[in-house]
Amino acid sequence: MGADQLGHRERPMTNGTKTDEMETGQTKASTATHPEKDPASYLSHLELGEKDQTFLDSDELIINMGPQHPATHGVLRVILKLDGEKVLGTECVIGYLHRGVEKIAEHRTYAMFNPYVDRMDYVAAVSNGLGYCEAVETLLNVQAPPRANYIRVILTELNRLASHMLWLGTHALDIGAITPLFYTFRDREEILKIFEKYCGARLTTHAFRIGGCLYETYDGFEQDVVKFLNFVTPKIGEYEELLTTNRIWVERTKGVGKISAEDCVALGVTGPVLRASGVKWDLRKAQPYAAYSDFEFEIPIGENGDTYDRYLVRMQEMRQSLRIIRQAVGKIPEGPIMAKVPKVIKPPVGEIYHSIEAPKGELGYFIVSDGSTQPYRVRVRPPSFVNLQALDMMVRGQLVADVIAVIGTLDIVLGEVDR
Amino acid sequence: MLAKLKEQYGSGIRETSTYLGQNYMIVEPSIVSEVLQILRDEHDFDYCVDITAVHYPQREKQFDVLWILYSFLCNERIRVKIMIADGEMVSSSDPIWPTANWLEREVFDMFGIRFEGHPDLKRILLPEGWKGHPLRKDYGIIQQDQEWVQINLGIESGQ
Repeated sequence: MGADQLGHRERPMTNGTKTDEMETGQTKASTATHPEKDPASYLSHLELGEKDQTFLDSDELIINMGPQHPATHGVLRVILKLDGEKVLGTECVIGYLHRGVEKIAEHRTYAMFNPYVDRMDYVAAVSNGLGYCEAVETLLNVQAPPRANYIRVILTELNRLASHMLWLGTHALDIGAITPLFYTFRDREEILKIFEKYCGARLTTHAFRIGGCLYETYDGFEQDVVKFLNFVTPKIGEYEELLTTNRIWVERTKGVGKISAEDCVALGVTGPVLRASGVKWDLRKAQPYAAYSDFEFEIPIGENGDTYDRYLVRMQEMRQSLRIIRQAVGKIPEGPIMAKVPKVIKPPVGEIYHSIEAPKGELGYFIVSDGSTQPYRVRVRPPSFVNLQALDMMVRGQLVADVIAVIGTLDIVLGEVDR
Repeated sequence: MLAKLKEQYGSGIRETSTYLGQNYMIVEPSIVSEVLQILRDEHDFDYCVDITAVHYPQREKQFDVLWILYSFLCNERIRVKIMIADGEMVSSSDPIWPTANWLEREVFDMFGIRFEGHPDLKRILLPEGWKGHPLRKDYGIIQQDQEWVQINLGIESGQ
């Protein structure tokens, strides 16, 4: 595929003119559906007047990618300003999946809002629920019992694995490697089966409640988890065998979408993207929540901050997750799974911010209580939304095909971006 | 750190406090960008976690605008809060942290709070041309911009 791109780069411009016409036509067609919107109005910051000197013969063109584009992982629309194959700038148009989650929260009780958070990052619903439940627990000043915390850690780490597996499968598919998708979805299924047996749901699990867990582990839960760990440990090696030294994969990902540690911090980018740029920061270590302080694990980091390093970091993270689950499942303490929480949850007046390390980065909840049964304000700090902002910086000067690779490597979920 | 800031700005820092182990301070809107700049440059709060707002319609200063900051060096969080009236401008923190760009756009979209000096302040989640700011308390939960829905979606109502 690398060679393919090079071919495009050296394409004679006689050919290019025809393509330009076609693509301009496409732009017209897509703007026709939004008659009052001028696409140029979105591009105020892209400095349309400036000519790039690298490609003297080509004309700049603006094309739409998405919102109905399989590689944008949902309904993300990216307006690209191109010079031939080179990206001069991008503008993200988001909000197609906006459901007003934060507004809904103000009209529901604390317990009623709990299932809604699963619908934000729907591939990591357990993490969302954990963050929300812990935030309300902080507000109520109650602690989930140790047994509940261990169950929470096991399920959340299983969910992290599921999320990373889905990311790997789809990201590799976007770049052109089809096989990993079948491998990862096959193995993710085993995690979903455990979720289904535990709480009856596979994706939007609603596994936790404010104050602990509602469900006791089913008979054979530990055995199922151990069986899964033994099954999946060699499988991660298999994924790596398919990709890590694969020449096409390396050419498509190495040096693509580079972002430095300083830029990550300035842009508020967190999660594996930040760690791949060399910052050893993970909320599970920095500000441990649930029972994470009981376990030994490493924070894998990268060096170059490119797509390839982010891939390596996530692969290492999956192994660390397995390590945490293995430690946790062997010593789940006995005891209650629910703290003493009043039937009607009425936190005292005040506001708190609580965040956890979701698979995609820092997921935070800022909750304001006015002393009633309904939250006065719930603000969700979504990692995908903030990370997506770095897209423009990461793809400038690169090729169109790299935009796909970078969207994949940012690991965004539009349900969380738009809320 | 807070004592030093208080010394420098006197009554500009209206309150510094801790609730459930979380530090916050309330400052005057006029000095907030200076305070944020000092927090980043001198106290290592280099990561702006979030910018958001809360609406209190019964108050004279209707809005709280908050910055949640984190310091990688000290592993600490702090919330900086200002109170402003409806229609009052807030100075943008985009020059301090580029991440503020989208976060401030969302605050503008949801609350109608304008940020002075923002490079590109426009709606982000709702479509351009939508009327109303949904996270204001006077905006009903099933309320919609009927006119926008009728023109753009070609249906009588979104309900």
